[in-house]
Amino acid sequence: MKRVYVNPEVCIGCKLCELACLTEHSQSKDLIIAYREERMQGLLPRNTVEESGWITASLNCRHCAEPYCIQACISGALTKDAESGRVVYEEEQCVGCWSCLMACPFGAIKRHPIKEKIVKCDLCPERSIPACVSACPNQALTFEEK
Amino acid sequence: MKYLIIGNGVSSIGAIEGIRKLDQESEILVISEEEFPTYGRPLISYYLAGKIGDDRVWLRKKDFYSKNKVTLKLQQKVTALKLAEKRVVLQGGEEERYDKLLIATGGTPFCPPIEGSQGEDVYFFTTLAHAKKLDANCANLKKVVVIGGGLIGLKAAESLFDRGVEVSIVELAPRVLSAAFDDTAGNIVAKRLKELGFNIYCNTTAKEIKRTEEGRVKGVLLQSGEFLEADAVVIAIGVVPNLTLAKEAGLKVNRGILVDKKLQTSEVDVYAAGDVAEAYDFLVGENRVVPIWPNAYSQGFISGQNMAGANRDYTGGIPMNSIGFYGLSTISIGLVNPPEGQGFEISTYVDEEEEIYRKLVFKDNFLVGCVLVGDVDMAGRYAGYIRFKVPITEDKVKAHLINNQPTYLEWPEEMFQAQWNSAARIR
Repeated sequence: MKRVYVNPEVCIGCKLCELACLTEHSQSKDLIIAYREERMQGLLPRNTVEESGWITASLNCRHCAEPYCIQACISGALTKDAESGRVVYEEEQCVGCWSCLMACPFGAIKRHPIKEKIVKCDLCPERSIPACVSACPNQALTFEEK
Repeated sequence: MKYLIIGNGVSSIGAIEGIRKLDQESEILVISEEEFPTYGRPLISYYLAGKIGDDRVWLRKKDFYSKNKVTLKLQQKVTALKLAEKRVVLQGGEEERYDKLLIATGGTPFCPPIEGSQGEDVYFFTTLAHAKKLDANCANLKKVVVIGGGLIGLKAAESLFDRGVEVSIVELAPRVLSAAFDDTAGNIVAKRLKELGFNIYCNTTAKEIKRTEEGRVKGVLLQSGEFLEADAVVIAIGVVPNLTLAKEAGLKVNRGILVDKKLQTSEVDVYAAGDVAEAYDFLVGENRVVPIWPNAYSQGFISGQNMAGANRDYTGGIPMNSIGFYGLSTISIGLVNPPEGQGFEISTYVDEEEEIYRKLVFKDNFLVGCVLVGDVDMAGRYAGYIRFKVPITEDKVKAHLINNQPTYLEWPEEMFQAQWNSAARIR
């Protein structure tokens, strides 16, 4: 399956991927409204730009072949879609037990700031290329099959 | 080929998904004593508390069994295994044939010999049926004593408390959550529960459940001499592997059913997974039962694949628990109470006011365990360091871990490339 791959060597830590993710998953689809208003209602980017000294890189769900998060999920909210390979999250089913957050060795799952729910990357199912990848100005993020 | 799975918990689901990865056609028969299709067992506390209803307890969608071509026989008890003939006997005498058998019968609540424990008003809390029974009687309960201050006991207590019941917790150990957590974490949780109005009695246990002349529960007499009035008692002391079938059939058992690295029992073509199995654990270098949810799934998943012809080793899972009490999240991963004098190094951070606690356990440049209370957001990253045995060679990296700033960017390059940039797999 196609995944988002990151190359820390060319990442410039600009966080445009975070903003693109925020916008893509907002109601308004408008960066300014998403950032200034929807964020306060709990909207947050699914990815995180990590920093370590001079090195930066964007972190998101790996959509693993055999995901630890799905093993750990007690509510059936996380499933592996057989066709697309995506780790699909159904917010309705989630009870906020944080088992997946604990089990994911990549730290790719976040707590929703308000609701007892998790937030994770969905690989932008409505787009052919995820928003973070499209927004990356230096091709530090690529969407490809490896 | 016919696969037969006894039990319908998360191991069984893992096994079905494991088998179907490799074999989309052969018959799969699941036999379960329970009356429901698979549900999220830990969800029963959410159910009893009224946080979720009958629509949300299911672990898989309604069409899971039909989609996976699984025949599900509910409310049927397997009474014997005829290993030589590759058949199992059901209650009533009917028999089922198999080519590959998985025993995923889980555990049963342990009930110590307490006088008065037999009869009405005494409950367990490990199945949806238990939760439904408590739910149905909840309106008539004013005071309940929960015997056992472990994860199951505390979740039962919390759910009942949410329903307006006065709850007392009785724990034999000096503090609650003694198995999964350390002193500080257990005490923070206990403090929170006490402030909310729970009664907690440690260092003691139930001596006798007193009953009225009509046989109804009227209270619990403690070893310490105290008497706690109660309309009902929940026994949550622990769960023991359901070994009867395996034992009677002559399979090798210890605390659980002994399985090899392929999760096969002492009998060829017979596998065991989940809370009933005792598998080799590479973390401790010996066989042990690790009765936790993610391990049950992964053992099911791997045994299922092996039943379908794969040759995969189960290398052991890391014990981990995530559990919340009234918004206070707690997570423990790996080795959290290391033995003294064996070279373990412990780092702790406590902010009692904010109810934040963090304990990291290191050994020889590796993180081997952690406890997180309150601030659990970094749990997965710590889990990564533990799971992948990421070496911590620089002081700076260790300092970041200790200060709640673990990052995969500080993994050695080759580990980053191998783990992060390719599809991760279950080991």
